[in-house]
Amino acid sequence: MTYTPKLKELMKKVEETRPSRVGVHFPRMSPEERRDVLQKFHPDYIADGFREIKVGVNKGARMPVEMADVFESFSRLRNVEIDFSADPDYDVDVLIIGGGGAGASAALDAHEAGAKVLVATKLRFGDANTMMAQGGIQAADKENDSPAVHYLDVVGGGRFENVPELARALVMDAPLVIKWLEDMGTMFDKKKDGTTITIHGGGTSRKRMHAARDYTGAEIMRTLRDEVLNRGIEVVEFNPAVELILDEEGRAAGAVLFNLETEQYLIARARTVVIATGGSGRLHYRGFPTSNHHGATADGLIIGYRAGAKMIYADSIQYHPTGGAFPPQLLGLLVTEKTRGLGATPLNINGEQFVYHLETRDVASSAIIRECEERGLGVPLPTGITAVWLDSPLIEQIHGEGTIERQLPAMLRQFQRFGVDIRKEPMLIYPTLHYQNGGMLIDENGHSSVENLYVAGEAAGGIHGTNRLMGNSLLDIIVFGRRAGRDAAAKSKEISAPKGLNLKHVETYHRELEETGAADDRVGPMVLPHYTHR
Amino acid sequence: MSEEIKMVDIYIMGKQYTVPETLTIMDAMEYAGYQLKRGCGCRAGFCGACATVYRMAGDYELKVGLACQTKVEDGMYLAQIPFFPARKALYDLGEIRPSTAHFAQLYPEVYRCLGCGSCNKVCPQDIDVMQYIAYIQRGDFARAADISFDCLMCGLCVSRCPVNIVHYNAALTARRLFSRYIARPDAFLAERVKAIEEGVLDAEIDELVNADKEKLQELYNNREIEK
Repeated sequence: MTYTPKLKELMKKVEETRPSRVGVHFPRMSPEERRDVLQKFHPDYIADGFREIKVGVNKGARMPVEMADVFESFSRLRNVEIDFSADPDYDVDVLIIGGGGAGASAALDAHEAGAKVLVATKLRFGDANTMMAQGGIQAADKENDSPAVHYLDVVGGGRFENVPELARALVMDAPLVIKWLEDMGTMFDKKKDGTTITIHGGGTSRKRMHAARDYTGAEIMRTLRDEVLNRGIEVVEFNPAVELILDEEGRAAGAVLFNLETEQYLIARARTVVIATGGSGRLHYRGFPTSNHHGATADGLIIGYRAGAKMIYADSIQYHPTGGAFPPQLLGLLVTEKTRGLGATPLNINGEQFVYHLETRDVASSAIIRECEERGLGVPLPTGITAVWLDSPLIEQIHGEGTIERQLPAMLRQFQRFGVDIRKEPMLIYPTLHYQNGGMLIDENGHSSVENLYVAGEAAGGIHGTNRLMGNSLLDIIVFGRRAGRDAAAKSKEISAPKGLNLKHVETYHRELEETGAADDRVGPMVLPHYTHR
Repeated sequence: MSEEIKMVDIYIMGKQYTVPETLTIMDAMEYAGYQLKRGCGCRAGFCGACATVYRMAGDYELKVGLACQTKVEDGMYLAQIPFFPARKALYDLGEIRPSTAHFAQLYPEVYRCLGCGSCNKVCPQDIDVMQYIAYIQRGDFARAADISFDCLMCGLCVSRCPVNIVHYNAALTARRLFSRYIARPDAFLAERVKAIEEGVLDAEIDELVNADKEKLQELYNNREIEK
């Protein structure tokens, strides 16, 4: 579906104002303006989207309603007999739950450290938000930059709520991660002499965004996956973990896996466990569309929480300012921040810029919502929603013709498939549910509050405070994936094989649920989203 | 949609379903009642999980597309390819080099290419697959890496190849060889890594790690931003 005649008419305003906007700097918001727009328009501040969790280690904490519903659910194993007296189906040193970038990184470093590793994943190995991350990965590896400068961007963007030791680990490991990936044959954008090409992202004070065209996450994921397979590490696909198993002393000791095809439950015994199951966009907080992959249903969070892993910032959700709004087939789909990094600006119905194009994601999203809801200057779409323009043709004016084809091939292709040429026509965008800023609290080695249980990637929390910057998630999954993998492997060498495997923590959780009168029909984890006849 | 939606008939594995014409194949399958396990990954055209083969009623030609990136059309007969048993060569990147001799040991079948172009016809990314296989054959890994880069590894090329080439795995190996051995390493990166490993930058970062919120706010609000 191309733009309707009505939209094409409205688009003329954008074309009219474009010459007067080229090269004109739109002012950044002051700290007071930023705070004001966040408090009035960011969904994190809208009270009816949240409620208190009634059970578990964070009892009384604020969570999105949809997340609390999943957390206050009964186990899939409630009426299932699991026989722990039989030999386990898998018996390993380190069990890694999740086959995205964090899981793959953890697997490589745990294997490198000599551990026997099993990766169990819900969908295919590599079906993860990592694969969809387009814009880049941050690392302070230029002369005018340093990990300290990166640190300041991270904590300022994170509203000064980051756990300092985690933010430190993130920025200090960043150049090491780029080196690791480069040595593994990851194809970053480079000049002829080998210098990596880096640009700005929202909230960066230096150009430190490394990219691989606009397939950065895909390039990293396919490289990591290839390497895991080359090393002969065992990977079992379509086998989500539906519950953690603890040993007689309450330490993590494996997981119950569910074969999605045969519908059998399997026991994976392990000395240490790494949860790397990613985020929760498919819970569609506040009814938002999402940029997340099919399996982002918070599975790891709920099974970790039942086992006693503490959460941090569960009420902090990131809405990416530039989600696709039209054509309808692209609703919620990520329009990479690299588009703004290259100079595309958000515009209202009059073709006027209303926010500096590289504000942090939380601020940019809030400003777009304000433009549509309060000021009534959004573009009405035939689908009944409103949106704002993102002036992508401006990129070609700034950097020359052919820039979009070279730098944003995925974006160009995706819009072309549905009849829009983003080199000539601006995009229509609206914030989309993108990222869970919080998660299970970890230390700098990825260890959670449960003994022998590690967490890495989007499932972990504290690193980014309450707002993550672009390019710090691809970084975080590898930094903490590797750290968790290494420490989980080392720990597995120190301890003996777990004994007295059990699911008593699930029974305890059920009793707590029953006491609070939680809905009896809720079962979690969700495992697969259900969109039938929506 | 606020305007009235037109419905179309599609046939999923032979069964007829009536669905809104604005949907992608993937959304249409869900609308029809499927809860997707296989054949669905990122839902945004990056992961290659949803390779789909279809034919229009009355036509003989088989077409292909990604279910999440293709709109339904009236009279579409479709099925997905949930899995394809393609071979992946196992190798140690540190032990091999970008040479035809090494490559021939990993993927000998690339040299059997007939030049039929079946791979190009089915690529949902419009990649010149046959051309990158030709570049690999003659050891031009830089060009092979460049033109194969947008590959999603959906496997449609492999499903049609008469001589069983596993194009996408061969291309991935070519890209890794290029990036490791042909593209030059970033010169300053090694220096920065060394500085971090030797602890040269510890004092600077620890000062910030130990700073209070007010101090950090002040530094953040007054930081210099590169043009």
